[in-house]
Amino acid sequence: MGITILLLYVGAFLGAFFAVKYITQIFFSRVDYTSLKTVTFGDESAVKANRVASVLSVITILLLWVAFTNSTLPLPKAPAPFEGTVEFTYTAKAPDGATDDANVTIIVYREDISQTLDENGEPGQIPTTPEIEPGDGFAKNDATVVPRYGYKVISVRGNDDVSRRDGSEIVAINGQPIQPGEAIRLPEGDVGLTDKGTPFFEPATGQRMQRLYLPAPEVATERLGDLFVEGYRNFTLIEHTWISLQRVILGFFFGTLLGVPLGYAMGLTNWARGWFDPIVEFMRPVPPLALIPLMIIWFGIGEQSKVILLFLAALWIMAIAARSGVSGVAITKVHAAYSLGASKWQILRKVIIPNSLPEIFTGARVAMGVCWGTVVAAELVAAERGLGMMIMVASKFQLTDIVIVGIILIGVIGFAIDVGIRQLEKFLVPWKGRI
Amino acid sequence: MSELLIDNISMRFDLPNGGHVQALKNVTLDIKSGELMSVLGPSGCGKTTLLNIVAGFLAPTEGTITLDGDRVVGPSPERGMVFQQGALFEWMSVRENVSFGPDMKGMSRKESAGTVDHLLEVVGLKDFKEKAVYELSGGMQQRVALARCLANEPDVILMDEPLGALDALTREKMQSLVLDLWKETGKTIILITHSVEEALLLGERLLVMAPRPGRVHKEYRLPFADLGVGNDLREVKKHPDYNNTREEILEMIWNMEEEIMGRTEENA
Ligand SMILES: Nc1ncnc2c1ncn2[C@@H]1O[C@H](COP(=O)(O)OP(=O)(O)OP(=O)(O)O)[C@@H](O)[C@H]1O
Ligand SMILES: [Mg+2]
Repeated sequence: MGITILLLYVGAFLGAFFAVKYITQIFFSRVDYTSLKTVTFGDESAVKANRVASVLSVITILLLWVAFTNSTLPLPKAPAPFEGTVEFTYTAKAPDGATDDANVTIIVYREDISQTLDENGEPGQIPTTPEIEPGDGFAKNDATVVPRYGYKVISVRGNDDVSRRDGSEIVAINGQPIQPGEAIRLPEGDVGLTDKGTPFFEPATGQRMQRLYLPAPEVATERLGDLFVEGYRNFTLIEHTWISLQRVILGFFFGTLLGVPLGYAMGLTNWARGWFDPIVEFMRPVPPLALIPLMIIWFGIGEQSKVILLFLAALWIMAIAARSGVSGVAITKVHAAYSLGASKWQILRKVIIPNSLPEIFTGARVAMGVCWGTVVAAELVAAERGLGMMIMVASKFQLTDIVIVGIILIGVIGFAIDVGIRQLEKFLVPWKGRI
Repeated sequence: MSELLIDNISMRFDLPNGGHVQALKNVTLDIKSGELMSVLGPSGCGKTTLLNIVAGFLAPTEGTITLDGDRVVGPSPERGMVFQQGALFEWMSVRENVSFGPDMKGMSRKESAGTVDHLLEVVGLKDFKEKAVYELSGGMQQRVALARCLANEPDVILMDEPLGALDALTREKMQSLVLDLWKETGKTIILITHSVEEALLLGERLLVMAPRPGRVHKEYRLPFADLGVGNDLREVKKHPDYNNTREEILEMIWNMEEEIMGRTEENA
């Protein structure tokens, strides 16, 4: 299945490329500066993200998601797993050489039946084993139920008049001779004998992933709605999200509050540079995740330990950004300001700080990204609220839809934070990259 | 009134490898108020070093600088500086750049508005007052730098290749502007340049420096700057002495460069 998806994906990438290229050539042949460039390969400025490709990329992923899960959306689908009723006959041979056939009826039900709701809003029930006529002969008919993607060894001999203990064995399935350890393939699944000679049934899985691995998009969407309204583990989705964000904002805020002046001091005085250099250079390569255990030992699993962890994550990044922002100031600007009569304090405010803003914003983007990743990880380890805690607990209960919703939300929020900072940067530092 | 005395300046840089560079040796100059002195010399002869010492960014290893009898010990607004490029503040508008000096003195926007508007008018950037400096061309940026320096009303203006990065035409216009401003304001100006033509046209006094160690090689007093005020500089170039002096100086600098090259080849 993995290979199928990979091939389809590559196919979509190339197919869409040629299709779009063909269509644009016919309908929108535009003459702009870039289209007139003869050298484009290797000219970085000639490479712009094709937004049509971006949209198609997202659509492709959604289509693949639909196709390879048990989605009910009316879109192209991979072969479904078998669901419904299937029958097979087995032929038992008594020690005296007499044979007898018996029917086995199997109901294959949705593996996620208990997570679905029926018309009355009640959770779905696992179907009961149907009552069937035992039939005649020494081998009796049987019935059982098995979930999709399941596997069931069926003790068909329990009700037979002659059993394995008596030296009787099964010699054929659906009239086909069979040995223990062998199986025959039916459209509905595989029927075979275990090594000990007991029949088993494994329903056909098709090419779709079960809910445990990947829920259908509409299931995830529905879960998203539920999480909004009802929440999970006593808190709504908004509350989980907000607490995670709040930790990040607090940690980032204090990290910046201390890190930026620290970086300025390091950029402006020998003593501070020498004093803090070993600390900063030592702490910089330590991943914040490695500090989680220590934070828990020192500050417990509450808010305090998380905010301090994020504070530390942001601190070094912001200090280094501020330091390089100061070092990056052109000496001619500082000289010019002194010649215009500026004092040290005025130089700091009017020249050094504005000049370091682009670097600080770059640092802020990195720091926010790291903090956001770290908060999720910290919540995975120990927390009572937060997106990380939500997906961690959900995974323990195999609620993959919550896990997926959580992951998507984490990605979207991380992206939104980054876009937000970039916009703020455009507004506050319009000269960035234009000097 | 504002006499700039450069008294027996020497500058020696110690190098990390234990050696040293004698960037300047026994430079003495007496620059009168309102003089426009251009400085020429082969690359590395200590022009920038000299200017940095006068500006107060560097302390000479020997000798003193005095302006109006006061010893120069650091940068100060009475000695304004115009750099080659990149010294404007990108985070400020054209107006804010020009009013930087007055702002530092604590003058309000209202108080400095008159000066700022006048200077922007003089340098022809009246309509660009609220523009960001990164939206201006290189020539316009240098005019802002000039206006910014003038707004602070310095006694001495120090320029280190202020027009070096400009194209020939813009450069010529800027040269006229510098001459006009010089006459109008009567400031003392020291202008470093790599262009012999520029040095001839703008320098009432022209100093040729020689390298290794950096020292004064020859000094000229020239009539062209006075002729150029309010006139077409191309006309000035037709003056009979202009070409002769130009050839002489070119020859001189050429020989110095030759000598440096020769010496480095010997060392190699
Ligand atoms: N900070 C420094 N440390 C060591 N040596 C220096 C330093 N600054 C300048 N020098 C040396 O002093 C000499 C004069 O340098 P300077 O920059 O004044 O030359 P210049 O005449 O301005 O040259 P150019 O015309 O190329 O600008 C050079 O040999 C240079 O290598
Ligand atoms: Mg120089």
